[in-house]
Amino acid sequence: MTERLSGGEMLIRALQDEGVEYVFGYPGGAVLHIYDAIFKQQRIEHILVRHEQAATHMADGYARSTGKPGVVLVTSGPGATNAVTGIATAYMDSTPIVVISGQVANEFIGSDAFQETDMVGVSRPVVKHSYLVRSAAEIPRIVKEAFYIACSGRPGPVVIDVPKDTTDPNVFFDYEYPETVSLRSYAPSTRGHSGQIRKAVAALLAAKRPVLYTGGGVIQGDAASELTRLATRLGFPVTNTLMGLGGFPGDQEQFLGMLGMHGTFEANMAMHHADLIFAVGARFDDRVTNNPAKFAPDATIIHLDVDPASISKIINADIPIVGPACSVLAEIDRVVEAKMAEDPDALDARALADWWRRIRGWREEHGLDHDQRHRKGLNGSLLPQQVVQAVYRASNGQAFVTSDVGQHQMFAAQYYKFDAPRRWINSGGLGTMGFGLPAAMGVQFAHPDGTVACITGEGSFMMNMQELSTCMQYALPIKIINLNNQALGMVKQWQDMQYGGRHSHSTYRDALPDFKALTESFGHVAYRIDELDELDDVMADVFGAKHKNDLVFVDAHIDAEEHVYPMAIKGGAMNDMVLERVDGRDDIRDDL
Amino acid sequence: MRRLLAILLENEAGALSRVIGLFAQRNYNIETLNVAPTEDETLSRVTLSTTGDESRIEQITKHLNRLIEVVKVVDLTDGDHLERELMLIKVRAVGDMREEVKRCCDIFRGQVIDVTSDAYTIQLTGTSEKLDAFIRALDETAVLEVVRSGVSGIGRADKILSL
Ligand SMILES: Cc1ncc(C[n+]2csc(CCOP(=O)(O)OP(=O)(O)O)c2C)c(N)n1
Ligand SMILES: [Mg+2]
Repeated sequence: MTERLSGGEMLIRALQDEGVEYVFGYPGGAVLHIYDAIFKQQRIEHILVRHEQAATHMADGYARSTGKPGVVLVTSGPGATNAVTGIATAYMDSTPIVVISGQVANEFIGSDAFQETDMVGVSRPVVKHSYLVRSAAEIPRIVKEAFYIACSGRPGPVVIDVPKDTTDPNVFFDYEYPETVSLRSYAPSTRGHSGQIRKAVAALLAAKRPVLYTGGGVIQGDAASELTRLATRLGFPVTNTLMGLGGFPGDQEQFLGMLGMHGTFEANMAMHHADLIFAVGARFDDRVTNNPAKFAPDATIIHLDVDPASISKIINADIPIVGPACSVLAEIDRVVEAKMAEDPDALDARALADWWRRIRGWREEHGLDHDQRHRKGLNGSLLPQQVVQAVYRASNGQAFVTSDVGQHQMFAAQYYKFDAPRRWINSGGLGTMGFGLPAAMGVQFAHPDGTVACITGEGSFMMNMQELSTCMQYALPIKIINLNNQALGMVKQWQDMQYGGRHSHSTYRDALPDFKALTESFGHVAYRIDELDELDDVMADVFGAKHKNDLVFVDAHIDAEEHVYPMAIKGGAMNDMVLERVDGRDDIRDDL
Repeated sequence: MRRLLAILLENEAGALSRVIGLFAQRNYNIETLNVAPTEDETLSRVTLSTTGDESRIEQITKHLNRLIEVVKVVDLTDGDHLERELMLIKVRAVGDMREEVKRCCDIFRGQVIDVTSDAYTIQLTGTSEKLDAFIRALDETAVLEVVRSGVSGIGRADKILSL
């Protein structure tokens, strides 16, 4: 028997039928019918945020840490436009979220009605797809399609704009949730082309200086175990993009660390000198390749991606493979295994040994902590890298770590070694300051017993710190590590290196709040650290049983002069890096 | 290089704006654009001319295919194809010029579809180059108004773009 439901009720019932656990939202006039439908049910928990941007980041954090779609509900006009930054963030990192925005009634659309914004228009460049509901009867189909599109192929955000008349509580419809979607124009590929796979295997086996370069596609595509199996079988060096960390265990000898603008010396050198690069779910972002014209001059490129539009966009692929990372890597591994069983000398062991010797040489020459070793003890101040390492130790390397944007983000990516996917959660594509705390909240909702740390900077934290109130309301025991350098550190670093040290508007002139008092005023626990010798004791408390159920804020006052190294030299190849400060100052170069 | 893309699109509100938005957003240019429903009224067909080298056209095609409402994309310039454009042009025609304009129109196989005491409105179809040539052949000061449909294209013979 079909039920009779109003539009608003159908919307919520459809979310239930999708298995949605949480909706992150904020009410307003255009969505009040929907909120009333939420009130009358128990299955979905609505989380009341303090700003719609934060709702989208929470849904995004939920999605990134689980692989399941995150859901947002906002009102029309300002509610919808506040959500746009979070939608764009999800779009750039290909994460599945479904954003339901209220809209003025159909009959008022286009009349500049109160709180009317053309949300489909405003969000168009930053969504995978969007819908404007014209009549309530469409709601079940649209919801079904929206979730399917958000989660399949290359995932991404989908907006459903819902005019108020379509949720009218007094008009009822037969409700039936569709079991399947039929979209003739959308058929994401489910497996790779076998001919391309054979070519890729031949190139892999023939390689003398190979690198596996893997990105967010391995995480989003749930392909970490397939990648790890293949990489282990081949014994090839692996490097991850900022988005790809956790795709291969970060504590393995085979792992070169992150590559790119602030990647390790060894990863960038290996990329530059490789004769074969196998890119998996990575998109040759300019933060990785540096100058594309000088990119890896000797390398044959195999590029596997679920999105054909990512292939040969920046760097031409010699062997393109379109398909899901997971099934294609598994297939490649099967073929490689068979070839290696047939011929024990299928790999060029001599060449690979030589290659590893070179890579180890780079690692010794300029390991990640080179600069830190060099500087430690110079003035006894607390270095951000030491704080991240202490977080890593105190959380046994098992935390979900979210981050914001800036130096602290790079230190977190460099020094926290992720040994599993979906643990490192940051806005790599859009670089959205303010992402860290709400993303951590979404992660904590999804993993109530997990340890969730947000490694942030005071600038980024202040962009969404109102959510401390939401954290109190829902008792979220997040650990916030504020790498406080009293500056927009990354901006300041660029000014040091490229603008003769002129710090144009990158410091706050002593106008920062007392973060400890601030967080305490929201009802949370807070610590302040100034000295290295307090670090481990505080972290042991923060991540120990003592504060298991508390949100703890650690205001770590770090050396404000610290820079992130290595740093790519603008316009150069991947092996062009600034590696350390010289005499306490950077080499200031005109060509930066 | 000039390229002519044929696109089958769901005939739905907002679908065309995604196609156009994509070109603006990715910094691709649209030279001409022509769109109308097909014999299957759930589908619209777009003919779009643009310029770019091979890799750029490949990117455009891939990004178009990524749009949910785009059903099919074909680069007509990849193979043998026909293209036509329709132009309506209003030309001042007084005194001696009436004969002159009419003659020119005949040479280009145009049709006069409206006549007043001092102007002709002429309909002309053909390739874009032919339409350009006709305008050049007229006295510049005589051209009062021009409207062009943009190019429509179709593959030759057995090349058929359908679902
Ligand atoms: C919303 C937004 N505005 C501006 C920027 C540009 N930006 C990048 S890093 C940065 C400084 C971040 O400061 P903070 O959060 O304190 O981090 P730090 O670099 O000091 O560790 C700025 C302003 C951005 N990424 N996002
Ligand atoms: Mg800072």
